[in-house]
Parts: sequence; structure tokens; C-alpha cells
Amino acid sequence: MSEIFNQLVSKIESQQSDEDILIRVGYGASGQASGSKKIFDWLKKNLKSNTDIRMVGALGLSYLEPIVDIKIKDKPRVLFSNVDIEKIQKITDEYIHNQNVLKEYAFAQISEDGEKIFNNIPELDNFSPFKYQKRIATRNFGEIDPESFEQYILTGGYKSLDKALNSLTPEDVLEEVKNSGLRGRGGAAFSTGIKWSFLAGNNSPIKYVLCNCEEGDPGAFNDKGILENDPHTLLEGLILAGYATKSSHGHIFIRQGHTIPIENARKAVKDAYENGLLGKNILGSDFNFEVEVSLTGDSYVAGEETALMEAIEGKRSMPRFRPPFPAQAGLWGKPSNINNVKTLSYVPWIIENGANEFKKIGTEKSSGTAIICLSGHINNRGMYEIPFGITLGDLLQNVGGGSSTGKQIKLLQTGGPLGGVLGKEAFDVVMDFDEMAKAGAILGSGGIIVGDQNVDVVDLIRNLVAFNQFESCGKCFPCRLGNTHMLDILDRACNEKSIKGDLDVVKKIGENMKVGSLCGHGQLGYNPISSALKFFDQEFIDKMTTHTIRDEKSKIPEMILPTRTRP
Amino acid sequence: MNTNSKNNDLRSNIRELLNSENKKSSQDSSPPKTVTVLSCLLSVQDNFHYIPDEAIEEIADFMDKTINDVWGVASFYTNFRFSPPGSYSLDICWGPTCHISGAQEILRGIHKKLGIDSETETEDGKISLGYSTCLGACAQAPVYAVNHELIGNASVEKIMDTIKELK
Repeated sequence: MSEIFNQLVSKIESQQSDEDILIRVGYGASGQASGSKKIFDWLKKNLKSNTDIRMVGALGLSYLEPIVDIKIKDKPRVLFSNVDIEKIQKITDEYIHNQNVLKEYAFAQISEDGEKIFNNIPELDNFSPFKYQKRIATRNFGEIDPESFEQYILTGGYKSLDKALNSLTPEDVLEEVKNSGLRGRGGAAFSTGIKWSFLAGNNSPIKYVLCNCEEGDPGAFNDKGILENDPHTLLEGLILAGYATKSSHGHIFIRQGHTIPIENARKAVKDAYENGLLGKNILGSDFNFEVEVSLTGDSYVAGEETALMEAIEGKRSMPRFRPPFPAQAGLWGKPSNINNVKTLSYVPWIIENGANEFKKIGTEKSSGTAIICLSGHINNRGMYEIPFGITLGDLLQNVGGGSSTGKQIKLLQTGGPLGGVLGKEAFDVVMDFDEMAKAGAILGSGGIIVGDQNVDVVDLIRNLVAFNQFESCGKCFPCRLGNTHMLDILDRACNEKSIKGDLDVVKKIGENMKVGSLCGHGQLGYNPISSALKFFDQEFIDKMTTHTIRDEKSKIPEMILPTRTRP
Repeated sequence: MNTNSKNNDLRSNIRELLNSENKKSSQDSSPPKTVTVLSCLLSVQDNFHYIPDEAIEEIADFMDKTINDVWGVASFYTNFRFSPPGSYSLDICWGPTCHISGAQEILRGIHKKLGIDSETETEDGKISLGYSTCLGACAQAPVYAVNHELIGNASVEKIMDTIKELK
């Protein structure tokens, strides 16, 4: 450990004072949506001064939120679920004031320092679905206050950066990441180490490492989740990426309106500057690195790497032609590299524990974990970090806890609106980048939406295509017009107005978009339809080719969509 | 005369905002800040809740761009609006998770209750209704947001109750 870092850690350690009671309330988008702010405010107002009440990130167990985690001195941490004002009153009365733990409200406990555990409350590490996880990028979720630099340091934060700057060359760091087999978590699943080496090989004095937290994928909330829970892990990963590629500048790119992630990222960057972890001569080394938080307006395509650069430069976020590739001429014409939030958040752990440890997790070609967002008709909705290699069926049953509606699960929508739909036949597919691609869907950024028997596939696909049409940047016509036509045809199908040959036209348009579009938005735009045709072709045929008049009730009403378009 | 002086007030407010945004920090130990047409538009929308015509002109002037350049950017990003919003914003998600959880029925119900049929303001100017592609709390679907505060498990009744509390 460098002398400077050692001093920083000791200073923070000496400032810690322990309160008798520590209460953690989970926040983030999901916590907010379930009302955890009200619980936090109530606790702040009603509890006395020897209590430390913290807003922490969420554990990922969204279906149990609001979650309140109470640590009384010499007792294990007890976690209470689905807390409302009435419950929190009872919990504080009984547990905090009378030491009665109220087992009916508690769902798990954590004994951190050998405290004697309570009977009949599972330990969190044995609690299903939590126990299926291997938490690397999400290891601090629900543990630390995302706004606290000190708490991150106390959990071993920035140790990897200190280790790298002290004892590793940039080439060592790059080699380690390459050997770990880490692949991009944004969707393309390209080797992170190889991607970095393109930039590292360029000798320009100004080089950019860009972190993409545009995250416009409906159904995915893990990028925002990392910034809501633990922004310093990402920042440490970004600085390590800067060091490995010998870059001068970093940008954290977030969509305006993702308020909590923006505030957390800004605070983290500010604290890192104030503590000598950003700027000139980081931790006394000769490495200089500047990081800025950049905002964009609402545009899904801004998540595409070259469109993202256009947005940072303040223009319409439309993709650029390649070549030149970003590693030659990217942001402001300088060599650049782009990584997703999740990808960078694995890096500190890899540097601390070594590439081999990371490779031990997951499958041969997809090492490590996937951060999965489960939503829809499934019991255990939330965000889970699961090692690659589990089958989709096991993921649904064990982690997801099965259908939440009492009806059988019919389909999975994976990889966002440009991903695909998988039917039951694919539930034995292993979660792995390549295996899922072979099955016709992509893992993408990790969003998995579960639909039960009642979901109308054509209607769901219409919704995805409507999103793609709305978000097309309009630069190239196969995407701009193709999506519009496909939406028209699907609209007709849902309203029993299909014209003969509609299905063939959709297929032709889709194939043309694949070859004729400049960026992934158009190239992948046909994915939802092509994958759905693989598993549910009869539903399309029924709706689009056999013109049996169904009764009025089974008609799907006109879909309500935004009318704003990009001129 | 009156509208003129109002306009001048608005212009000077916008100019002041742009100048303060552009103040680059002189210290070494603080984050850098890049000022662009987009960053100016975002801060105007943040402060005024819409982009007045005057802001387009002022930003063009400030960034040494044409009005056309600035309009080009402003019209591209769908979060920008060009008329003053209602007193409260109500955003309802129509993303796929919310879609299979009944978002369309909710939208239809809310249209009926508010007496509007698109993304617009209610007649009394109190509420601006917007459709969101994803609010990011899919586990609590269907989701809506009032003044950007997220609320899950939406139903027409729950949304109307939230709105009533505002009035």
C-alpha cells in the first residue's frame, strides 16, 4: 500500500464513530417506486439521536421493498420486508424499544461479527433467491451509503487502484483484464481487454475512456442500479481503464432524468478529486486522469458508441460512419474507448483477486456473472448477479421463484427491445453470451421480462417495434422507414386488418434493415420479430393470414403511443 | 411594451444561467466541465421546464452557432418541450414490462379521467401528461411518476388519488 493511500485510509478509520443502532433503508428507483422515502423520513423524524439512519442502495430484492435493515449493537442485522408506516411503527416499538424481533415481518438476518443469530429467520446468504448470487460488481449493494466516499474506502475501496498504480504497469493491468475473459456487458459482448488494447496502442497525448450509462433499454435497470448503489466501484473501474489504456480523460455518460444516478456520479467524482484519486499525480504516481459527468437528452440511439460521442459533443446523437473507428478517432477526433457501466464495475475486483479467480466463475466463453433484471409475471422481481452457466429454466424457477400469476410462463423477452423473445422450448438454454445468441435471443444488458400464458405475442412484439420506431434516429432509411412499416403491419395484425402478404413483407423489410442500416438499432430491429417467429409463428399466422372474424372482445384496441417524432 | 419587458427579463435570466454554467472552475482539483449546445439546452430545460424561443436564440449567440444548429439539437431529443408545462408532470410508462402489466388500460383510463387523449396538458393547465419509454423501476410495474417521483403498482385509481393529493 502506498504511503499516501495508507494515510487516507487511517484518517477515515479514525473518524468513524459507532452508534448503538444502525438502520439502513434501501433506496434507488425501485425503492422509490415502492415508497421507501416515506419510511426513511418517518424514521428520521421519530427516532432518537443514538441512531444512525442511512439511505443505502437496494439489495436487488425489489419484490420485498421497501426493505429496512436494522442493526442493534451485539445483535445480527435484521432485514424487514414490504415495510409500510404501520409496520415500521410496530417494528421500532417492538424491536428497537423492547428487543422483540417480530419474526413475521423479518425475512432475513446477517451475522457479521459472530453475533448470535435469531431462531426461525433465515440468514441472508441462505435466503432464496439471494443465495444463488455471486456478488462481484454488486458486492456493496444494500451495504454502503452510495454517497459516502468514506464507507467505500472502509469496504476496501480504491485498494485495487492503489495496487495498480504502485505495483503494476498499465500493460500488467491490461493483460489481467484480457486474461480474465471479461466481455462487454452492454450488449455486444466483445472482449474488454482486446478492446482496451486498440486504444492502448495509440500514442496520442489525449485519449478518452467513456462509460456508457445511457441505459434506455426498457426492462433493464442494472446500469442505473450500480450508480444508485455504488458509484465508486464504477469510478474505480473507470480510472483503472484509464490507467491500462494510458488515457487522459474519462466521461460518465448518463441520460438527463436519471436523477439519482446523476447525483451519485457527480458526488463520487467530486469526492475522488478532493481525495487525490482524480486529477494530477493520482496517489502520488505520475498518472493523471480527469473525469467528467456528461448528460444527454432522451435518445435511445445515444447509447450507440459513436452516437454517444456526438451527444457529448453536443450534437444530435446520430451514429457516425466507420472507419475511422473510435480507437483511432473518436470523441473530439481523439482516440476513444467505450465501456458499459457493468463492464467497468468488474475491473476493481479482477485487479484485486486476479484474472484466474474471475475465470473460475461462469462458463468457458462467458466468464464471471451476469447482472440480471427480472420483471414481469415472475415472483421474485429484482436485480441479481448470477454466474453464467445456469439454465434459463433454473433461473426462472430458483432465482425468479416461478410465475406470479398462477398461470404458466409462456415467454421471456431478453436483451431489450432489439433483443428477442424466447419460448418454453428454450428454457434449457444455458445463460451464456454465445448459447443465447444461438437460441435466437441475446442476453444484451441483462433485462429479462417474463410473460405468462395471457400475453399476446404479436401485441408484445408490436410494443417493442413501436419503441424501436419511436427511437430510430432517422439517419438511415432502412431503419427509419422499416420500423414504421413493420409497426403499421403489426398494428393491422392486432386489429384484424391484415392484408394478404403482410407476413412476407415484414420478413423482407427485416432482412433489408439487417444489411442496410448503419448501426445496431436498424441492424437488430428485426430481432424481436424473427425470434418470435421461431417460437410463436402460429400466432402470427393466425393473426395475419387467416382472416377469421373473431368476436369484438378479442380485438386489441389501438395502442396509445407518443406522437412526438424526430423531424 | 409589457410583453417586451417580460421578454427582456426572460432573456437576461437565460443569459445569466448560461454565463454561470460556463464558469469554468479555476482549481486543479475539481472536475472539468464541457459546455455544448446540448448541455446549455439541458440546463435551460432544467431551470425553466421548457425551451422558450428566446433560449434558442440566446444559446446560438452564446455558443457562436446558428439558430438552425441549436434547433436541430433541441428538436432531436424527445425530453425537450417548447411550451410551458402544466403545474405538475404525470408520466406513465408504456415499456414492455408495464405493457404486459396493463399500461395501455391505465393510459386509456387516465385519458378518460383527465379529458385528454394524447401527451398534453389538462384544460385547467394543472397536469402535463407524458408517456415514458421506461422509468427504470420495472420490478414495480406498472410504473408512473408524478413530478419525477416514481410510484409503482399503478392503477387508474391510484394515479387519480396521487393527483388529488396535489390539488
